[in-house]
Amino acid sequence: MDWTALRLSLELALATVVLLLPLAFLLARWLAYGRPRARGLVESLVALPLILPPTVVGYYLLTAFGRGSPLGRAFEGMAGHPLVFSFEGLLLASVLVNLPFAVQPMQNALAAVPEGVRDAARCCGLGPLDVVRRIELPLALPGIATAAVLTFAHTLGEFGVVLMVGGSIPGETRTVAIAIYDRVQAFDDRGAGILALVLLVVSVAALWATNALARRASGRP
Amino acid sequence: MSHCPALTVRLEQATPCPLDVAFDVPHGAVLAIFGASGSGKTTLLRAIAGLHRPASARITCGAATWDDTSAGVRVPPHQRRVGYVPQDYALFPHLDVREHVAIALAHVPSADRRARVDALLALAHLDGLGERRPNALSGGQRQRVALARALARDPAVLLLDEPFAALDGELRESLRRELVSLQQATGVATVLVTHDCDDVARLATHVVVLAGGRVATSGTVEELACSNALAAHSPRWDPAAVYDARVLGHDPERQLTRVGHRGLEFEIPIVAASIDETVRLRIPARSVVLAVRRPEGLSLHNAIAATVIEIQPAAHAALRIVRLGAGDARLLALVTADAVSNLRLETGRPVQALVKSVAIDAWLPGLGA
Repeated sequence: MDWTALRLSLELALATVVLLLPLAFLLARWLAYGRPRARGLVESLVALPLILPPTVVGYYLLTAFGRGSPLGRAFEGMAGHPLVFSFEGLLLASVLVNLPFAVQPMQNALAAVPEGVRDAARCCGLGPLDVVRRIELPLALPGIATAAVLTFAHTLGEFGVVLMVGGSIPGETRTVAIAIYDRVQAFDDRGAGILALVLLVVSVAALWATNALARRASGRP
Repeated sequence: MSHCPALTVRLEQATPCPLDVAFDVPHGAVLAIFGASGSGKTTLLRAIAGLHRPASARITCGAATWDDTSAGVRVPPHQRRVGYVPQDYALFPHLDVREHVAIALAHVPSADRRARVDALLALAHLDGLGERRPNALSGGQRQRVALARALARDPAVLLLDEPFAALDGELRESLRRELVSLQQATGVATVLVTHDCDDVARLATHVVVLAGGRVATSGTVEELACSNALAAHSPRWDPAAVYDARVLGHDPERQLTRVGHRGLEFEIPIVAASIDETVRLRIPARSVVLAVRRPEGLSLHNAIAATVIEIQPAAHAALRIVRLGAGDARLLALVTADAVSNLRLETGRPVQALVKSVAIDAWLPGLGA
């Protein structure tokens, strides 16, 4: 049993959720309430990781993170090691790849809050931040929970992008999904089976939790 | 500065709906914005609340300027002292009744909020419902919550968008009474958007008739009703004189109450009001009969010596509206054109206006509340 890989996967998933949710909330709010001219374009870009093969996304990220790119050079200057094939690079890739899983549920939840309700809150004397804190956040909570669970589960299972951007460095970038692949390559069926089962159990639990939360939030038993 | 109005509104815009209006709301007044749907009433209310920004606006509330597009002034909604009751009430699905009121009490020291919430719930007849969420409330209760929430902010102006449209008959009447007692208790200047003639006849002290985004006419409800200007601009308005009369006395034996206004006196079926209390009267023009002599042997209590001021066309070609003056008071009578020629009615002709007691709609805000 590859505990290091499991721990790394959980760390990556958790860090992705923590980093992505606030960003995705702002983006989702802008898409739901703002009337941006570029909305169609931004929505397409956000949804892109759902459509593109992970290798294609991974290739572009690898290029963007590489030592030849401005981002890669800037990171290396600050951190002292390259962005690619590092945990940080993996985390950044994971945040980008998970955008649709976090943005779409939150955008839908925020869009479902009637404009009149938000207006009424403003007329109650609530400033913009208070409207977010006391009206939008609580009402969008099911969407936020769904976003968190989907992001978490999807990060655990991401394979192609991780392989492209992170490779398979134990303790740094070798996640459970990669470890399973390595086990199979090494004809270690038992090792692969155990890891696969762990991933399966965690994913089922995550989806069950999402559904339970969504049901509770919608008031159905 | 009691002479300056509570609210002044000047708005102009071409889109999304054309609006070009100017009006003032006096302190303590209930101003009805009266007009057909689609005349821009809701947009107007939203602009006052700061939720909509017209191309050109100048809105002042007391000494505060809320909007002045020419000077680039725009106060956001949360800094305007408005209480807003939107047509669908827009309650917060995740908050209970107490929380609805408490959320609008940010200006009250936190130690006093509990007591304020209790007082507002009592005022809005919501005691015992504090822990309920909107989905566990009836239509009338929801309206009361929206009203309590709007009043919680201690508004300088109360904005009501078709507050009774979603309610049916009897409930509508009792909530109208509650609203008037609340408004009179707080004295808050109120802007009431409505297309319901009964709202105007019962609640309004002032009226702005909106047609195609413009002010067709405006004035006190008495002026507009008694000059028949309301009927001229709104086909659904049944011509009637409307005024606030004072209770002069009761005659328990005859089961009659005597009320007076501008020297006119009427006897109406007895009402449960104390002397000097105000009663809102609506005297439908179709219930006023004209005679050239004082008749005898009729079941009638109210025969008023009046003079013809003007004869106007009515909605129906065969009918005429006769405007009558009795001292300072005005009355309207709906008669046939045939009667006008038979009685040789013309401006200046003295007549007797006969009003059936039971035809006078006397409305007391406190009644049945």
